[in-house]
Amino acid sequence: MSEARITWVGGPVLKACATGPFSIFEALAVGERRLLGEVIQLRGDELVAQVYEDTTGLEPGVTVVGLERPLSVTLGPNLLGGIFDGLLRPLSRATDYQIQPGAAERSVARHCLEFAVRNGDILSGGAVFARTVASRPQSLLVPPWASGRVEALVEPGEHRDDETLLVLVDDAGQRHELTMQHDWPVRRSRPVRERLGVNAPMITGQRILDTLFPVARGGRAALPGGFGTGKTVLQEALAKWCDADVIVYVGCGERGNEMAEVLDEFPQLEDPRTGRPLAERTVIIANTSNMPVAAREASIYTAITVAEYFRDQGLNVALMADSTSRWAEALREVSGRLGELPGEAGYPAYLSSRLAEFYERAARVTSLAGAEGSVTIIGAISPPSGDFSEPVTLHTKRYVRCFWALDRQRAQARFYPAIHPLQSYGADVQELADWWKRSGNPDWLVQRQRVLELLEAQAHLERMARIVGRDALPAQQQVRLLCADLVNEGFLRQSSFSKVDRFCSPARQVAMLSVLLHFADRADAAVAAGVPPARLAALPMLRQLQRLGEEFSEDDLLRLRQLPRQIDYEFDQLQTVASHAG
Amino acid sequence: MQADLLLENAVTRIEGPLLFARREARVGLNAAVEVLAGTGPPRLGRVAALDETSMVIEVLESTSGLALHGTRIRLHPEPLLFGVGPHLLGRVFDSVGRPLDGGPPVAARSRRRIEGLAINPAWRALPRDFIETGIATIDVMNSLVRGQKLPLFSAGGLPHDRLAAEIAQRARLRGTQGEESFAVVFAGIGVPHDAAEQFRLAMESSGALGHTAMFLNLADEPGMQRLLAPRYALTAAEYLAFEEGRHVLVILTDMTNYCEALREVSASHGEIPGRKGYPGYMYSDLASLYERAGCIRGRPGTLTQLPILTMPGDDIGHPIPDLTGYITEGQIVLDRELDRRGIYPPVRVLPSLSRLMDAGIGEGFTDPDHPALAHQLFAAYARALRVRVLASVMGEQGLPESDRRFLAFGERFERQFVHQANARTLEESLEAGWAVLQGLPHGELTRLSNAQIGRHLGAEARA
Repeated sequence: MSEARITWVGGPVLKACATGPFSIFEALAVGERRLLGEVIQLRGDELVAQVYEDTTGLEPGVTVVGLERPLSVTLGPNLLGGIFDGLLRPLSRATDYQIQPGAAERSVARHCLEFAVRNGDILSGGAVFARTVASRPQSLLVPPWASGRVEALVEPGEHRDDETLLVLVDDAGQRHELTMQHDWPVRRSRPVRERLGVNAPMITGQRILDTLFPVARGGRAALPGGFGTGKTVLQEALAKWCDADVIVYVGCGERGNEMAEVLDEFPQLEDPRTGRPLAERTVIIANTSNMPVAAREASIYTAITVAEYFRDQGLNVALMADSTSRWAEALREVSGRLGELPGEAGYPAYLSSRLAEFYERAARVTSLAGAEGSVTIIGAISPPSGDFSEPVTLHTKRYVRCFWALDRQRAQARFYPAIHPLQSYGADVQELADWWKRSGNPDWLVQRQRVLELLEAQAHLERMARIVGRDALPAQQQVRLLCADLVNEGFLRQSSFSKVDRFCSPARQVAMLSVLLHFADRADAAVAAGVPPARLAALPMLRQLQRLGEEFSEDDLLRLRQLPRQIDYEFDQLQTVASHAG
Repeated sequence: MQADLLLENAVTRIEGPLLFARREARVGLNAAVEVLAGTGPPRLGRVAALDETSMVIEVLESTSGLALHGTRIRLHPEPLLFGVGPHLLGRVFDSVGRPLDGGPPVAARSRRRIEGLAINPAWRALPRDFIETGIATIDVMNSLVRGQKLPLFSAGGLPHDRLAAEIAQRARLRGTQGEESFAVVFAGIGVPHDAAEQFRLAMESSGALGHTAMFLNLADEPGMQRLLAPRYALTAAEYLAFEEGRHVLVILTDMTNYCEALREVSASHGEIPGRKGYPGYMYSDLASLYERAGCIRGRPGTLTQLPILTMPGDDIGHPIPDLTGYITEGQIVLDRELDRRGIYPPVRVLPSLSRLMDAGIGEGFTDPDHPALAHQLFAAYARALRVRVLASVMGEQGLPESDRRFLAFGERFERQFVHQANARTLEESLEAGWAVLQGLPHGELTRLSNAQIGRHLGAEARA
């Protein structure tokens, strides 16, 4: 291994004089504590490196050792249910409540295995060679670079995670010793056989998302919002209830207490589809705002690499990144330290291409072994003072298919999720309509369009009402406003803290929407028949409709589907009275 | 461990707060340095960068009066440490932990790094012990829990000092009469002398001074030390909380002065400025202070932060409140208009928020209907303010009946709920909340269930 000696150090950046060959982006171990670093520039004998940990105490003369590989993480069966730092080192095994810099003692885990292959089988990269025997079995993969004939297979049963389980001998005669884990460089995407198109939505259980702005499996969504607009609560709600097989949750430069919340809650919550604790399908990567900045930059790549690893096992993975702005700021900070020319708002000129690289790693694919899997990215953005015209939001907008804009005014009225329906979009709607058709709602596209038109009309009419007064609007328009309010209150509002309403199945969404649109139809007809709008606003069932999500749980679908009949009844009454009066 | 070393005549250049010196002895990055000149007290500094022959020392106090000759540098083998021990409480310190009250130095039981080390997120316990502050807008609508960091966003001339002192005197868990070990750490960052004195008097009059440690960087002291005062204060607070097991409330005032000092230092380093000239790393720097709040699994104490900042130009989008809001778990916003109308405390509830509230209220914590009440008050007040804008355009008479009722609610809410002459218990605050909702059309109270309306509001009064 090549060595170098530090000649200059300041903050997280150091310069060193190399005595052997180093390559760009090679990982480094710095000093006695083996702090993790990465080469970022090479000039003759001198190398410039950034260190991912606290550099206090480093001085010129200290040895830097090259690790002969790019910054990599270890992928294997120890990830699910765990919490890790930005470089995928386990945080839960630490013995001190404060994080001590330096490489921790590696502890060994054991897993019980059964093999999927026999001696003599020919395996290619990405193939499943064994599965763990556990409440939630996991596949063990041949690393993408290895292939060959299986030799020296060990007995099934319990093994250490660093033990050689089998040897592959490839055509060139090279031997690959396989353990449960393998390393992968985080900045390189894992290879796939084929990228596939959009076929199904990722169901989030949030009505405003699934019905109005759905994200596809393998899609990319951005969630921008100023502070206090509910980004984190929404990200957590998605992590809890979306129908992915594995969740990778990366807290990138965010609050420590939020991580504590996830750690506290997830083991107690049940996955509605499997009945197992939610923690079992979750990998948490925590690089909180007070942890080293350079590792924050790496944590995003670590997270997407972990997501790809599970995708390669044929699973649907959702990656929640909170927040990509902090990652961009880390880029800016490191770039500033290197003296690079700043671009827009001080961000380096390569911000846009880095964002593109990251979001491009989301996809639905056929893996090397032929399994179908997906990685869906949901990236939160924290724009300064909630202004969506800043560089991170603008560039992200170019690469995502869904844009879920959070609105401060809605948040201040505690109208959650505070997604603004007129500023948000979902670009895969046409492709996803087929899925809704297959799932029993052929009218989804039409219904969705009606809701959006209603909300658009509301914005327009409210501007008018502000000038002339609501009572002065024509009756037809007053009713439109009433119905738009109803859609907002009864459908779009959904509390993450309500046991009944925190998750809404597609079936319940369809039923609720049908009820509300039925009300809108009858209301329009009634007004056309001469019923004054004030009478409609006084209908006793209105209150129930406004609290539709709270009042009808997933178990009340039958009752919910009967509501149109009650609506008909009340309207018939109303019109009878009206015609008698007329 | 190497002993302290004294370098003489090693300084080659002085630029603003930076001292360039020959590296005539082994020293590591971030090591603490004392700069000695003439007969004055030593000035603190740290090693900011070094190569094989030279080093850059960042002097954390004024460099005025330093000369190239005759300036000596004492190198410590370790970064800046603060010796903390059992007798911190009841004392007054300067911004670097030296006693200001004429008392003896604190006997150090342990020496802790003032920068602190990041708390491992896996070791954090979720804060969920509700703190009663006696203030309705906080207790009912933006509840504070132990281990939270909840800043006051204020502005010049608003009564944030009084509010902070009141919270410090009253903040208790419900049902306890102060028998638990409670402590207050006050960090005055660039505060005027009289503001610090007022706080001291307030704590003295309530008999809490014996539980209080004060770290003062007064307005006329060097800007560089503004960066140190909160770090020494938080180091003391961490010791009190996580070693001695106390429930510590840290008041940091005024964080705006801290950020100004940060900008000054960054400029003197020649760094590329970010938004409004503040350095690009201000988010990370502020986080290194705010994230020191919390609860640790298996340790009895907690560290709660109440930072105060004055929004420049009353602008909540200014980088200081903006970045703070992204790090802290909510904010309490004070409002000039409410203050002018004589409403105390002038808390503007809509932009205020407590993110940890949901973990600490409701069934088993406060009152089962507390969350619904809070949401209904927010929704109704938001509507009242919208109607108020309409009324200012069209006049009250042009409004429909239900809108007029919301208008009246807005007034009631501000005068009878937000405004309070004395501290209220949580029960009194909840009662006041239900009382102001009386008179609104029940059909429009969409955040309350019928059962909740029945329990607390009774039959609807017809207008």
